[in-house]
Amino acid sequence: MELSGGEILVECLKAEGVDTVFGYPGGAVLHIYDALYQQEQVNHVLVRHEQGAVHMADGYARATGRPGVVLVTSGPGATNAVTGIATAHMDSIPLVVFTGQVHSALIGNDAFQEVDNVGITRPCVKHNFMVKDVRDMAETIKKAFFVATTGRPGPVVVDIPKDVTDPKVKIPFDYPETVAMRSYQPTEKGHSGQIRKAVDLIVNAERPMIYTGGGVILGRAADELTHFTRRLGYPITQTLMGLGAYPANDKQHLGMLGMHGTYEANMGMHHCDVLIAIGARFDDRVTGDLSKFCPHAKIVHVDIDPSSISKNVVVDVPIVGAVKSVLTEMIELVNQAGGAKKTRELEAWWDQIEQWRGMKCLDYKWSDEIIKPQYVVQKLWEVTGGDAFVTSDVGQHQMWAAQYYGFNKPHRWINSGGLGTMGFGLPAALGAKWAFPDEEVACITGEGSIQMCSQELSTALQYHLPVKIVSLNNGYLGMVRQWQEFFYSGRYAMSYMESLPDFVKLAEAYGHVGMRIEKPGDVEGALREAFAMKDRLVFMDFQTDPEENVYPMVPAGAGLNEMILV
Amino acid sequence: MRHIISILMENEAGALSRVAGLFSARGYNIESLCVAPTHDESLSRLTLVTSGDEQVIEQIVKQLNKLIDVVKVQDMADTAHIERELMLIKLQAHDAVRQEIFRLAEIFRGQVIDVTESSYTVQLVGPGSKLDAFIDALGSIPVVEIVRSGALGVSRGPRGMLIPEA
Repeated sequence: MELSGGEILVECLKAEGVDTVFGYPGGAVLHIYDALYQQEQVNHVLVRHEQGAVHMADGYARATGRPGVVLVTSGPGATNAVTGIATAHMDSIPLVVFTGQVHSALIGNDAFQEVDNVGITRPCVKHNFMVKDVRDMAETIKKAFFVATTGRPGPVVVDIPKDVTDPKVKIPFDYPETVAMRSYQPTEKGHSGQIRKAVDLIVNAERPMIYTGGGVILGRAADELTHFTRRLGYPITQTLMGLGAYPANDKQHLGMLGMHGTYEANMGMHHCDVLIAIGARFDDRVTGDLSKFCPHAKIVHVDIDPSSISKNVVVDVPIVGAVKSVLTEMIELVNQAGGAKKTRELEAWWDQIEQWRGMKCLDYKWSDEIIKPQYVVQKLWEVTGGDAFVTSDVGQHQMWAAQYYGFNKPHRWINSGGLGTMGFGLPAALGAKWAFPDEEVACITGEGSIQMCSQELSTALQYHLPVKIVSLNNGYLGMVRQWQEFFYSGRYAMSYMESLPDFVKLAEAYGHVGMRIEKPGDVEGALREAFAMKDRLVFMDFQTDPEENVYPMVPAGAGLNEMILV
Repeated sequence: MRHIISILMENEAGALSRVAGLFSARGYNIESLCVAPTHDESLSRLTLVTSGDEQVIEQIVKQLNKLIDVVKVQDMADTAHIERELMLIKLQAHDAVRQEIFRLAEIFRGQVIDVTESSYTVQLVGPGSKLDAFIDALGSIPVVEIVRSGALGVSRGPRGMLIPEA
């Protein structure tokens, strides 16, 4: 079979089982679009801005566990995609992003819509390639998917000069079945000696704490984690990225940890004697002041990325390997050891934890007059049976979503944890809805964030993606305002937006349903009404308390035991 | 502490910029960087000199290994090794100091490789510390320019850096 570069690209996508490309056409990728147009197996979702395309592919990837695929043109098409690529990179999300490039002969000449895509994306991708010869196309794409989805996943950019997809140049096509790279061989299986050492420490712990992150979800190890945790009977806390891997409604779960974590989780971290870190990377939002972090603990750290280990916190028993495989081995050894040994000490530890839990750190003041944002999230949980895909943007609403929507399943909580990208929520929700049209998808957002990618409301109409937007509109860039209240004596510099649009009309202008909800008594009814409209996108503009803050809070630079509770 | 790190990389366009970019993005220090082809044309060998405490060096090695094009990384400090650097140093050489420069070059086993009425260019090979010592020994002799290659390192003994199979 003789094919052009554009046709080869499309055939490679089919061979990789790709059902959808999120993208936006332009001069440098017209040959590829022409090839896409002439087949029906691979769908294309036309976004309204390239950032939206990458976030959509990202939401699709986080919801399904399969790589998201993006196609954008050269120059501004590629630079608009960069924020999305960096977002995926920080959260280790597998994406393959095809960027158009000017004709090979023009590269370096400041040609129209030319930018050095490989150079610009280098620091925010797992790897990138430029295909310089159509004969390298298939192998490069095979490598791109291999690199993006194996080891610690991440985005891979493939930059393709226009002449490489020239329809007049046809070559025999043969998709490689396997790929081997001498320079890239991620470790899957953990070192058995280290695993034994870790389990010995774990079963003899008196005040243990399991701390898990997004790696458990990426590594599809939620079942193993749940089994491991229940077998030991130990308390577990999950990072913002890890929520859902272990069911939030289980009594061993202490909630999220870190800057806006629960009192019991953070106090548990501070006082534990053995910390079992799994697929988590000791991010600064989790650890607080490193010199005060887990001062009494021996630390076991399981991670597929060797560079995550001892990067921020030096650990006692490092284990490099895939979380799923390491946990499976650990469970076996825990069983052999007969489970946890220090029964009496563990009982005292749980008593202590229950005392901390008794502080009820997530309680908030109810109001009959003004909608409390936490209440909206709690009602959303009730109305959706706690089983929706929930995406968020970035800020206070993101923390309330994480704190009050108890995720019981992995892949359901989709947010930009590492980069903290405002504008992520709506396109990510559309990507999730595209993948799971029969499931409920909600985007929890704020009036600031939603305006960073609201143009995708148009995409939602075109492709019939009836997600539900839950906007917690407090009139402020809430998290900025909160920091200004705490740390800048209430000088609210540029955190208040005047002249906000009428979001009901905005939704209607895009062909959707808009609702404005002002009274606490109307919250549940509005949510029920919105979710009853199965085939409509509904934008719910909740007018919430402008001065509500996210608590608890560990101020930057403090230790985890130094929390502000209310 | 100063470390010489040897890196075997796929001989691809942009490979060098991945290493340089990593160092600047993560705030690691590069004292010198040297890259050239090897007897295997699919590989380039990059030698860099950096400094940092044990934890920083460990991260540098891990981050280098994480680069997809990097085939092998070796911290020369982990093994018995030889360090060499080439220096070309151009000196103002007026009558009074011509003999002195010649004598110093001889002591340091250097060679004068270019001569004019007013200048000498000396070529010197050795570990960086030897080149530094030569510069110190020049005293008041005026230096026109110094060109140094940056350090290279190779392990002692019969074995080379092991290249993993694909």
